[in-house]
Amino acid sequence: MAHTSDLIAEDIDAYLLAHQHKSLLRFITCGSVDDGKSTLIGRLLYESKMVFEDHLATLATDSRKVGTQGDELDFALLVDGLGAEREQGITIDVAYRFFSTEGRKYIVADTPGHEQYTRNMVTGASTADVAVILVDARYGVLTQTRRHSFLVSLLGITKVVVAINKLDLVDYSQEVYDRIDADYREFAGGLNLPDITCIPMSALRGDNITERSPAMPWYSGPTLMDYLETVEVEDDRQAGAFRMPVQWVNRPDLDFRGFSGQIVGGTLSVGDRVRVVPAGTSSTVARIVTMDGDLERAVTGQSVTVTLADEVDCSRGDVLCAADDPAPTADQFRAHVVWMAEQPLAPGRAYLAKIGARTVGASLSGPEFLIDVNTLEQAPAATLHLNEIGVCDIRLDRSIAFDPYVDNREMGGFIVIDRLTNDTVAAGLLRAPLRQSHNVHWQALEVDKRAQARLKGHRPFVVWFTGLSGAGKSTIADLVEQRLHALGVHTCLLDGDNVRHGLNNDLGFSEPDRRENIRRIAEVSRLMVDAGLVVLTSFISPYRAERALARAVVAEDEFIEVHVDTPLEVAEARDTKGLYAKARRGELPDFTGIDSPYEPPEHPEVTVDTTATTPEQAADAVVDALRGRGLLDGPRST
Amino acid sequence: MTTLTHLQRLEAETIRIFREAVAESERPVMLYSVGKDSAVMLHVALKAFYPSPPPFPLLHVDTTWKFRQMYEFRDKHVADLGLQLIVHQNPEAKRLGINPFDHGSSTHTDIWKTEGLKQALDGHGFDAAFGGARRDEEKSRAKERVFSLRSPQHRWDPKLQRPELWGVYNVRRNPGESVRVFPLSNWTELDVWQYIHLESIPIVPLYLAAERPVVERDGTLIMVDDDRMPLHPGEEPQLRSVRFRTLGCYPLTGAVESTAATLPEIIQEMLLATTSERQGRAIDHDSSGSMEKKKQEGYF
Repeated sequence: MAHTSDLIAEDIDAYLLAHQHKSLLRFITCGSVDDGKSTLIGRLLYESKMVFEDHLATLATDSRKVGTQGDELDFALLVDGLGAEREQGITIDVAYRFFSTEGRKYIVADTPGHEQYTRNMVTGASTADVAVILVDARYGVLTQTRRHSFLVSLLGITKVVVAINKLDLVDYSQEVYDRIDADYREFAGGLNLPDITCIPMSALRGDNITERSPAMPWYSGPTLMDYLETVEVEDDRQAGAFRMPVQWVNRPDLDFRGFSGQIVGGTLSVGDRVRVVPAGTSSTVARIVTMDGDLERAVTGQSVTVTLADEVDCSRGDVLCAADDPAPTADQFRAHVVWMAEQPLAPGRAYLAKIGARTVGASLSGPEFLIDVNTLEQAPAATLHLNEIGVCDIRLDRSIAFDPYVDNREMGGFIVIDRLTNDTVAAGLLRAPLRQSHNVHWQALEVDKRAQARLKGHRPFVVWFTGLSGAGKSTIADLVEQRLHALGVHTCLLDGDNVRHGLNNDLGFSEPDRRENIRRIAEVSRLMVDAGLVVLTSFISPYRAERALARAVVAEDEFIEVHVDTPLEVAEARDTKGLYAKARRGELPDFTGIDSPYEPPEHPEVTVDTTATTPEQAADAVVDALRGRGLLDGPRST
Repeated sequence: MTTLTHLQRLEAETIRIFREAVAESERPVMLYSVGKDSAVMLHVALKAFYPSPPPFPLLHVDTTWKFRQMYEFRDKHVADLGLQLIVHQNPEAKRLGINPFDHGSSTHTDIWKTEGLKQALDGHGFDAAFGGARRDEEKSRAKERVFSLRSPQHRWDPKLQRPELWGVYNVRRNPGESVRVFPLSNWTELDVWQYIHLESIPIVPLYLAAERPVVERDGTLIMVDDDRMPLHPGEEPQLRSVRFRTLGCYPLTGAVESTAATLPEIIQEMLLATTSERQGRAIDHDSSGSMEKKKQEGYF
C-alpha cells in the first residue's frame, strides 16, 4: 500500500500525527456498471494506492481473462465480484469500500444502479454525506439519473457531484458537458439539492479523477478528488439543539446512574439544563463521563455517558434534549415510506417501528399517494410493494420524541419491522406530526365493525374448530392464537374451560343442552366480531345445523371452519383426559363418538389431519389459510 | 464547530454498536481471538460501558495450536482487566488429535474453529456474538452487515440479511436465531494500528520483530513454536528477525522478515508494504472464494 508520501519513509511519527487528524467523509456512488461506476471506484482505490500488489497481480490476470479493456487494467474488476458470486445473488447489495488520502479517510457506499435496487440505494444514502451521481456523457440525463437524484434528495444529502463520465467517447466536447450540466440543473431545480457540482471526466482514462485532464483545458473546476478532499462536511446537526437517545442505563453500583448514548444533535456541556423526552422531566448535567476522563463539553457524533444532578426517571429509548429547545412528541405522523420487503405493506397491520433506541408498536395507513421514482409523479395506490416509495400516515402505540427528518436524520429516520419474521420491511422518514383534528382519516363517525377493525388494525372473523374429543382442537387453537398474537391480532379463545364454567354452567350434555351451548357460543362470537376481535372457538360442536347457525350470524367471509380430523380410534387411543374410558364404562352418557353422533363438516374451509401433521404444522396451515383468504391483510379500505 | 477525527468517529460508532447489541440481547459474548483486532474491540468495549465492566464474557475458541505467546498474553491481559474468559476447545477435535500437519489447514480450521465456535455458542446459549472482522479485509466482507443474522444452524444466508439504515439496527431474532455483531466493520487495517498506537493498547509481542526460529516452507516462513512441529528432512530451524501481520495457529501463519520493533515502524512497514494482510493466512488460499464459503458454513 505504497502511499506516495515520502513522509512515511522519512518521518513516520510526523506522518502518524498528520493521519491522526484526518477527517472522515462518507459518500455514495450512484450509477450502473454501464456508467463506469465500478471503474470509477476501482480507479479511486488505485489512485489512492489502496491496491496491494497481490490484488494487482490478480487484477492483471483477471483483466486479460474477463476484462473489457484488452491488455489494459480493468479497474471495474477490483470492486465487482466475479460471475459465481453474482449468481449467488450476493452482489445485489450495498458494498462498503475504504480508502484514504493525505487529508481524509473515505467510506464509499457502492450500490447497484438498477431500477430494482431502490432499497439498496436508500440504505447506502442513509449514512452518506455526499453523493456522486454518474452520467454517461453519450446519453446525458436519463431516467435513472432522475431516480438517483430523487433518492439522494429524499435521504437528505444536499451535496451532489454529477460525474459526467466517458467524456473521452465524445471527443472531450465542452458542448456536450455544458448541455448535460444545464439539463441536470434544470431537472434538479425541483428537488432539494442546493449544492451541485458537475465534473467532466473519464474514469477509464483517469481524466479529472485525481489529475487535471490535459484533454479538457476548457474545464477550470475541481477534479473529483479535489472536490472530495475539500468539500465541507461539518455536520449541520452540531449547530442544532442537543439530542441524545438513551441506549443504555449505566448502573455499576448504587451510587452511579449514567445515561449512555451517542449525541445526534447539538453540543452538551456540564451544567446544561436537559429534559427527558417524552417524559418531560428536567435536570442539570452533572458529569459527562468517558473512560478517558470526564469531559466539559461533548459534540454531535460522540458516544458518552451523562449523569444528571437529580434522580429523574429515564430509560432506554428516551431522548435527552436541550431543556430550552426539546424535541416535540407525537404518536401520529405523516412519513415517506420506502418499502423493502417482498411482502407488500398491509395497511393497518400491527408492525414495529424502531427510531433511535426506541421500538414501538406501529401501524401504517395505505399510501396517501405513491411517488414514481422515475417521473416524480404522484399516483394513487392501495399499498406499497418492494422498492416503492409512498407517503403514509403512521400511528404509534405511544408518543415518541422526534424531529422532522429534514432537520435531523437520526431523530426522524425509522425502520419498520415485521412482528412475525422480525425482518426490516421498510424505512421511513418522518415529515410532520398529525394533529387529531386534522386527521379525519382516523376519526370514525360511526363506531361500527369497520371502525373497530381499523382501530385494531385487522379484520374480525371467527375460526371455528370442530372435531372429536381428544382430536387436538384446543392444542391447535392455542398455537394459532399465539401466532396471531405475534402478528398483532387481537384474539379471544372460547373453549370448554372458559364457557362451560361460566356463561353455560346451567347446561348439561343432553342433545338440547348441546344445541343451546353452541347457539350461545355462536352469539357470543358474533358480538365479539362486531367488537373487532378474532374469535377462536374450540368445541366438539358435533351437529352440522348448529355450526351452520354459527356461520350464519356473521358475514359470509368471516367464518372459517376448521375440521380437526382425527379418527375415533386415534382419539380414543390418546384419551388424554380419560373420558373415552369413562364413556365406555357407561359413566358418561351422550359422549360424542360413543353413544352420540358426530357429523363431520361437508365443506370446511380448512381440514387438518392430525395423524399426518404435528400441532405446529397444523397451526401453520390454519394461519396460512387465513392469510390466503386475505384475512390478515388489514381492514378493507372504506 | 468541533470536527471529530476519523478515529473518533469510528470509535463512537463502535461504542454505539456495542451498546445497542447489549441492550437488545439476552446473552451476548465477545469472541476474543487474542489478535490485534480483538485487542481494539475489547478496548472499545471497555470504553462503551465504563464505569461498568463490559456486561459479557470473552470467548476464546481455541485450537491448542496458537502461539505460546498468545496464550501467555491472553491469560495475563484478561486477568489484569478482571474479565471473565471462557476457553472452548472442541472435545471431538481433541479426541481425534486434529492438527494442521496431518489433516491440512482446511479440516483443521473447520473442526477446531468452525465446529468449535458452534459448540460454544450453542452450549452457552449465546444469542449475540461480537467479532472483530472488518469490511476491508476481503472482497466478500465488503457487503457484510454490522448485525449479521445467523440461522439456528449458524448459517449465513444472504437472504436473511437486513438492510441497515442510519445507525438504526434491527437486532430482533426469532427463537434459535443468533446475531454476529461486527463493531469494527468500518475500520481498516491502518485504522486498527493507528488506534493501538494512539491508545497504547497492549498487543501480543509477536506483532513486533524479534529473532525467532523459523523454517521456510513453500515460500512461507513458519515459526517452530514447539516440538509438535514435524521437521522435513534437511529442515533446520534458523533464527531470523521476523514478525507477524496476523496471528492464528502457528503452523498456518506466515511470518514476514522485518526489523520493525516498534508500532510506528510496523505502521511504516505496512504502509510501504505491497501485499495484503490476509495473504499470510493459509485459509484464504485454499480455493478462490473460500472465505465466502466458510462464512456460509458458519465461520466468522
